[in-house]
Amino acid sequence: MTEGLLEAVEQMDAAERAEHEAAVAEKVAPDREIAVSAGETLLAVDGLTVRFGGLTALDDVSFDVKRGEILGLIGPNGAGKTTCFNIVTGVYRPTEGDIRLEGQSLARMKRYKIIQAGVARTFQNIRLFGAMTALENVVVGTDARHRTSVPGALLRLPRHRREEREAVDKAMALLEFVGIADRAADKATSLPYGDQRRLEIARALATEPKLLCLDEPAAGFSAIEKDALSELILKIRDDGYTVVLVEHDMRVVLGVTDRLVVLDFGRKIADGEPDAVRRDPAVVSAYLGTAVDE
Amino acid sequence: MRPPPRGLDDEAPRSPGRVTTSAAGAPRESVIHTLTAVTDLVAQGSGPWINFDVGLFLDRFWANTINGLSYGSIYALVALGYTLVYGVLQLINFAHSEIFVIGVFGVYFTFLALGFQPGQTPNVPLAGIIANLVLAGAVGMILAGVAAVILERVAYRPLRKRNAPRLAFLITAIGASFVIQQVFRITRGSNPEGTIRLLPPEPLFRIFGAPVTNLQLIIIVAALALFVVADSFVNRTRLGRGVRAVAQDPATATLMGVNRERVIMITFLLGGLLAGAAALFYLMTIPQGAVFNGGFLLGIKAFAAAVLGGIGNLRGALLGGLILGIAENYGQSLFGGDWRDVVAFVLLVGVLMFRPTGILGESLGKARV
Amino acid sequence: MTATTETERAPSSSGGRFGELSRWWNARSRPQQWGLLVPVAAIIYLLPVLNPPIITTEPATSFPIALFNAAVFALIAIGLNVVIGQAGLLDLGYVGFFAIGAYSAAVLSSPDSELGVRFPWLVIVPIAMVITMISGVILGTPTLRLRGDYLAIVTLGFGEIVRLLADNIDPLRGNRGFQDIARPGGTYPDGSPIFTQNDAQGFYWLAVTIVIIVLFLMGNLERSRVGRAWIAVREDEDAAELTGVPTYKFKIWAFAIGAAVGGLSGTLFAAQVGFVNNQRFDVTTSILYLAAVVLGGQGNKVGVVVGAFLVSYIPDRFQFEPEYRFLVFGLALIILMIFRPQGILGMRQHLLTYGRQAYQKLFGAGTGVAPTSLTPSSRPAGEPAEAVPDDRSGSRPQGGGE
Repeated sequence: MTEGLLEAVEQMDAAERAEHEAAVAEKVAPDREIAVSAGETLLAVDGLTVRFGGLTALDDVSFDVKRGEILGLIGPNGAGKTTCFNIVTGVYRPTEGDIRLEGQSLARMKRYKIIQAGVARTFQNIRLFGAMTALENVVVGTDARHRTSVPGALLRLPRHRREEREAVDKAMALLEFVGIADRAADKATSLPYGDQRRLEIARALATEPKLLCLDEPAAGFSAIEKDALSELILKIRDDGYTVVLVEHDMRVVLGVTDRLVVLDFGRKIADGEPDAVRRDPAVVSAYLGTAVDE
Repeated sequence: MRPPPRGLDDEAPRSPGRVTTSAAGAPRESVIHTLTAVTDLVAQGSGPWINFDVGLFLDRFWANTINGLSYGSIYALVALGYTLVYGVLQLINFAHSEIFVIGVFGVYFTFLALGFQPGQTPNVPLAGIIANLVLAGAVGMILAGVAAVILERVAYRPLRKRNAPRLAFLITAIGASFVIQQVFRITRGSNPEGTIRLLPPEPLFRIFGAPVTNLQLIIIVAALALFVVADSFVNRTRLGRGVRAVAQDPATATLMGVNRERVIMITFLLGGLLAGAAALFYLMTIPQGAVFNGGFLLGIKAFAAAVLGGIGNLRGALLGGLILGIAENYGQSLFGGDWRDVVAFVLLVGVLMFRPTGILGESLGKARV
Repeated sequence: MTATTETERAPSSSGGRFGELSRWWNARSRPQQWGLLVPVAAIIYLLPVLNPPIITTEPATSFPIALFNAAVFALIAIGLNVVIGQAGLLDLGYVGFFAIGAYSAAVLSSPDSELGVRFPWLVIVPIAMVITMISGVILGTPTLRLRGDYLAIVTLGFGEIVRLLADNIDPLRGNRGFQDIARPGGTYPDGSPIFTQNDAQGFYWLAVTIVIIVLFLMGNLERSRVGRAWIAVREDEDAAELTGVPTYKFKIWAFAIGAAVGGLSGTLFAAQVGFVNNQRFDVTTSILYLAAVVLGGQGNKVGVVVGAFLVSYIPDRFQFEPEYRFLVFGLALIILMIFRPQGILGMRQHLLTYGRQAYQKLFGAGTGVAPTSLTPSSRPAGEPAEAVPDDRSGSRPQGGGE
């Protein structure tokens, strides 16, 4: 019986393991050098207004996301954080204003094109493809970069075979990266809750995003799991990704973010370094009644 | 090898009643057209097998309108059933057309039980006829209503308990629809029941030169009255408030003490009752219509009417039904009798394409007084 | 493949004997699987020759004809499975595509056709498939943008329109129909033709061969970006779109491919019967197709072949009155949905071309059994998925309300 990769990794010494992890990281983010290059604006949110009927969910919100940073998007319930995500990923269309990724407007783009342009997201309530294995879920993410369509797949043309091989490789690496490689063959819905969240992150990363939007990734986590998640988010950033994080848990937010944007009743009330934002009177009053430090 | 070009007299045996005016032979290319572009056909509009008879259309405009309102009232009553269930469960109750058929047979068997025989003109005073009609209608309504509730219990509730995917509900609904249909087919045969006509149509008065018959008047007025009753039930009573609450937000409604299961039952019951009433009017208009698959086309049309008006919206169902009834009558004059049903389907597809939320928009929950 | 085994047991799906069977099958190596498949295929081909006693439908129905009809039914079910089972689109007008295929064959080859051409069958097949594919796209383009449950009723209407057109349009000859439709050529060594109307044996072999080829091609699609896109759409369309799947495009593809297979089966049917009129394409027939797919196991192409065989063969074998078919299979639909929604063979499909190798690389070759218990993991194996908000029944894009 040949030994599997998982066993092999178990038996590696420190140096081998470091080398292996570097190889995994390289697969996870092949273009990291380019991505990390500078702190210029990646995503520009400009005068964003969203109304549903009479309700104004977002009111003239503007902020930038810089390349290579972890931006926290926070605010009390109903502040418009998820709406913001939904606009960026094309679920809703803005009533006014624009969002641009590297100068390219996303406001009227088809949803799957937005993903292909480089924005990926996870969901507040986990939405995995339940009938698929963990690995297959991640491969669906890699498919966003694939060009094989029906003729190629029908006849198993060379490009299809190359893409399939690379996709499986990459998806494996991603599962290892988020720490659930041993669950690769399990049905997505049979994974424990925390692993499902990690799987969603792996699936989002598989689309090779320039910007990763995490929607309350720590919801329902224990303290230990939250720490592990923070670690993962930092690791993702270090691998060259830009992250926007919507999260209620202030310990996670303050632990990982480089900058915070605070929304309240659909308006931006603060934007800056976490420490400065924390002391901002407007923010304190917005959170009055809810503990800033949960 | 090829058959000689055929003229008008050489018609397909199954379509005896067609109205054709042009005698030109079909252009050969049209065969290809028919196969490739099904939807183009109606637009194409010329050739021996389809007309574009504006003269007839204008000629019969008012007669068609009145007749369309009468048919449309029947569609509207059935459409209400689709709309109510859709509003509460977001489910297309495919078997609703068979609930209607149960109503039709209920009415028919009552006629038989009351001593009316196929083919005979009853020799009963008008008051007696009306009493008999009301009785038959009541039996049809009760049967259809009970059948709808049983259907819900047997077919849908187990799935709801299991939190089954939507596709499972649809497949069950289709299965149920076929089972009911086939039970009638096996027990009553595939030929329509003999014609029993209690009330022959007689013109009462004229509007714009078009006659209005006693049947048309009864049906339109009665259907409107039933609609008003149903609408006020949903909008003004306590139970109706529960229905709207569940339609709007099932979870919150349950938390607020609304019994969701009871609301669902009432919804099916109400839909069934209305379908039973529609069955009476249907049988009064088309006395030869008691047949196992009589609900199929009518069901699709009623559903189209519900979508047309905005599914989940009671007033939309009424409006959609009336519009559909009128439109298919116009279409019949324009294109010929064989195209009547095609007009209804094309209208359905067209509505879904251009205004999938219907004319009045969706939502039972938001339907307010 | 090797690895999916243990986890299959966890949810309610694929329990029972057939679940065991699928586990056992997945644990075999590729050569072992082939070693089993080849003899099975040989038996299937030899069935009409063997005409085994208990299994045969004779004397009531010619056994080769019963088998041919079952094979055509299987082909239909494979095509419909792409639409319903894989992409999760409830198409109730599938008989329309079958009809278009049959009518294409008739119009292009019957002497009754006003076109005046007599194309050979092999030429007709690709033309008919293209025509049905185009009609699939025409039907799908407006309707696939809609919510899923509207699709069912629109396709039902479509199936009825196709039938009405066959009734109403004079060149399609309504009830009189088309005689003498082209059949494939070819003779046995002794010079007698292989494909005749009276002896369906040749047609059966042709149909089985086509079924096998189509199964292979569908397998290729399944284990590719296309198949994954379909399953993703079926599972959660919004999430699929937000993972970069061009959902609309792949739904159209599902429709077009399903339609093409439906058209292919139509031409096959028309060639064997040699006659097409408006009497065979009732929308109610679509329900038998649906029953075949649901009975066998939606999404599982082998399952739907089995389902189709049962739906076609059982009435022939046990001499059902035709009307009982609809009753029995309508009941079967309800009962299955309530008690065994995954169908007889509720196997999960494999969606990766190199999945087997990947899992083997990860867990070690030869691991025929589940990986979960073998792997070094800090988590307790088989820990239940706790409090997962499984809210698929009402899955809509989550609103901005937070």
